[in-house]
Amino acid sequence: MEYKPQERYKIVDKIDISDVISKHIIYAPFIASSAKPGNFVILMKDEKSERIPVTLVDFDRVNGTITVIIQSIGKSTAEINLMKKGDSFLNVSGPLGTPVEIKKWGTVVGVGGGVGIAELYPIAKAFKEAGNKVISILGARSKDLLILEDETIKISDEVLITTDDGSSGKKGVVTDAIKELYTRGEKIDAVFTIGPLVMMKFVSLTTKPYNTPTFASLNPIMLDGTGMCGGCRIEIDGQFKFACVDGPMFDAHKVNFDSLMKRNNGFKDFEKQSISEFERTHKCKIGLH
Amino acid sequence: MNKPKKPSPQIKRNEGRHQDKNERIKNFDEVALGFNLEEALIESSRCLNCKTRPCEKACPVNIKVPDFITHLYNEDIQSAVLKIYETSLFPAICGRVCPQENYCEAACVLKDRFGSVSIGRLERFVSDHARKNNMLKLPECEKENGFKVACVGSGPASLSVAAELRKKGYDITVFEALHEFGGVLRYGIPPFRLPREVVNFEIENLKKMGVKFIKNILIGKSVSLDDLRQDFDAVFVGSGAGLPSPLGVKGEDLIGVYSSNEFLTRVNLMKGYKFPDYDTPIYVGKRVVVVGGGNTAMDSARCAKRLGPENVTVLYRRTKAEMPARAEEVENAIEEGINFEFLTAPVELEGDENGRLKRVKCIRMELGEKDQSGRRKPVPIKGSEFYIDTDVIIAAIGQSPNPLIQQTTKIETNKWNCLVVNENGQTSIENVFAGGDVVRGGATVLLAMKDGKVAANAIDEYLKKKSEDRRQKTEGRKQKSDK
Repeated sequence: MEYKPQERYKIVDKIDISDVISKHIIYAPFIASSAKPGNFVILMKDEKSERIPVTLVDFDRVNGTITVIIQSIGKSTAEINLMKKGDSFLNVSGPLGTPVEIKKWGTVVGVGGGVGIAELYPIAKAFKEAGNKVISILGARSKDLLILEDETIKISDEVLITTDDGSSGKKGVVTDAIKELYTRGEKIDAVFTIGPLVMMKFVSLTTKPYNTPTFASLNPIMLDGTGMCGGCRIEIDGQFKFACVDGPMFDAHKVNFDSLMKRNNGFKDFEKQSISEFERTHKCKIGLH
Repeated sequence: MNKPKKPSPQIKRNEGRHQDKNERIKNFDEVALGFNLEEALIESSRCLNCKTRPCEKACPVNIKVPDFITHLYNEDIQSAVLKIYETSLFPAICGRVCPQENYCEAACVLKDRFGSVSIGRLERFVSDHARKNNMLKLPECEKENGFKVACVGSGPASLSVAAELRKKGYDITVFEALHEFGGVLRYGIPPFRLPREVVNFEIENLKKMGVKFIKNILIGKSVSLDDLRQDFDAVFVGSGAGLPSPLGVKGEDLIGVYSSNEFLTRVNLMKGYKFPDYDTPIYVGKRVVVVGGGNTAMDSARCAKRLGPENVTVLYRRTKAEMPARAEEVENAIEEGINFEFLTAPVELEGDENGRLKRVKCIRMELGEKDQSGRRKPVPIKGSEFYIDTDVIIAAIGQSPNPLIQQTTKIETNKWNCLVVNENGQTSIENVFAGGDVVRGGATVLLAMKDGKVAANAIDEYLKKKSEDRRQKTEGRKQKSDK
């Protein structure tokens, strides 16, 4: 393999999926060539930016591109989503993390919430290609926040959709759909979930009584992503693991979700300050509150 | 100028100027200001130019100390800097972060009577002066020899391998997991001890010499060591001691509990001290506790101090005399108003209902029997528990090697997960060499550079021998076919 220094990472295409969610296709041939489902990358827009970890949605080894989908939830993500086709990231590092082991389980249920649906997609796709029956459960607040529905349908044997307001699929939450599967007697061999922490916590609580192997992709505050700082430590079965190198996918039944949810609030005041500075200097509001 | 006759050992040793203690705690600019030309010349006049050269022998990279000092005294700084460069590659870095008090200055014959010559400050002066006045020429590189060598990590060990081997005509690629080069020189050591322009200068020079630097690739994750050694003729692993040791007490998942790695990376690499101009935040609250007695603990405490909390307290389980930190840095920390609680260790961290750290339960220690390290072992005093209220605690109690390479490639390690190497820096895998903290655990910049030099020579010999063997084989084959 040739290793060539890459100074910048160009956005070869960008598609706005909703007001706050954008898909970026980035030229990063090294990452594209070695990425596997479940890997993540760290993005930095410029030298003042934070390092933002984001799970890969897709990678194209032929064209040397990777795809990420980003939801504006703070200043850094909002800034990234304001970038245009042709702009470049100063840094994209990876592939990072431990990829998901793709094997034949039998029936795999993928549970995606919000932008987690996008991150679940390559994993579900890989399971389908490995000969599993794939049932995808997609959850969103409302129809307009539901992403990758068509793509997910293509790689799933069955898709169940839930929205908080009932504007798409059934009114309710993803755990209702999981319960429905159990009730109808579906034999579930494994569950993979990516989405908001509180959602993953309840997915875990739902599958636990059935002892269904369940894996959750965790998103703690992360800094270097190389196993160096320990900032992303997560309590797994009473032991600390680092999400950046040991994860981000962990056995959900062993995760201390409550501790993680608290830790993720650690820099909230700073985030507020960043966002208000950002909104003050940017005329276009990006809907961050 | 009118300088003293050489030698004038009786002149008082000059420690160099420092930024005012009340000013410097408000900025991240360099604390030690070093010498100006006049001060340097006076200090250089103190050197006896001993025939036995104890300073040179004590130096891990054997800098020709008496010679460079003589050149300096003769005001021929060009020759002085070239003399240093004969054996040391990054004198502006070493002049600042090498613990000279344990090496050259400890061996100086003037030490007890008049105080050692300030060799470190002189080294720094010479290299800074040469850099600022464009006196440095890039070293000549031999013709490309066709061998490719990869360096894993871009810290001091790898940089010294890269420099040595590039000069010998090797094609060098340095892999860095983070987005800037320099390793611990970038994320660990704060700019007030090592200004970033010094690090940038050295890396730019290596780039000009033709060393390829690749950022954002984590060896052991993005590519395995096994893959890498297929693509290169030899690999040097200088990936450092990137795994922080936890305190091992209850409450480590509370908000406000940092490893020194996280704290220093936020401050130094991500420039958290410039938040919100830079995006990465750093939280110190009103009260900061740092645990540990080494240089990393001092760096953490002094960085924290500069972020403006009401107080910063260092807990160390032994006494001041046993602190592994450089004496100079401990004195700097004391001057900057950092409190020390010696013979004290944390036993539990307590938080509020939101998971935020509130106080640390401590216990007093006393020194007992000597342990394996030869230091007296601290033993907890029963019933001596007490509390310190704090918003932040930074654990700076040591590091072990980043385990990624060992996890993905079969390679010999010791019980601390350090790579095992022979005296040439060769690991259990034939074309893989290693040095610096990934071999030593947590050591110093200087020892990492020294390891790099040793490994570079070994890689050179190994590859030359390999090509010679290959040549003989092909010749042998030729002769056979000729028959």
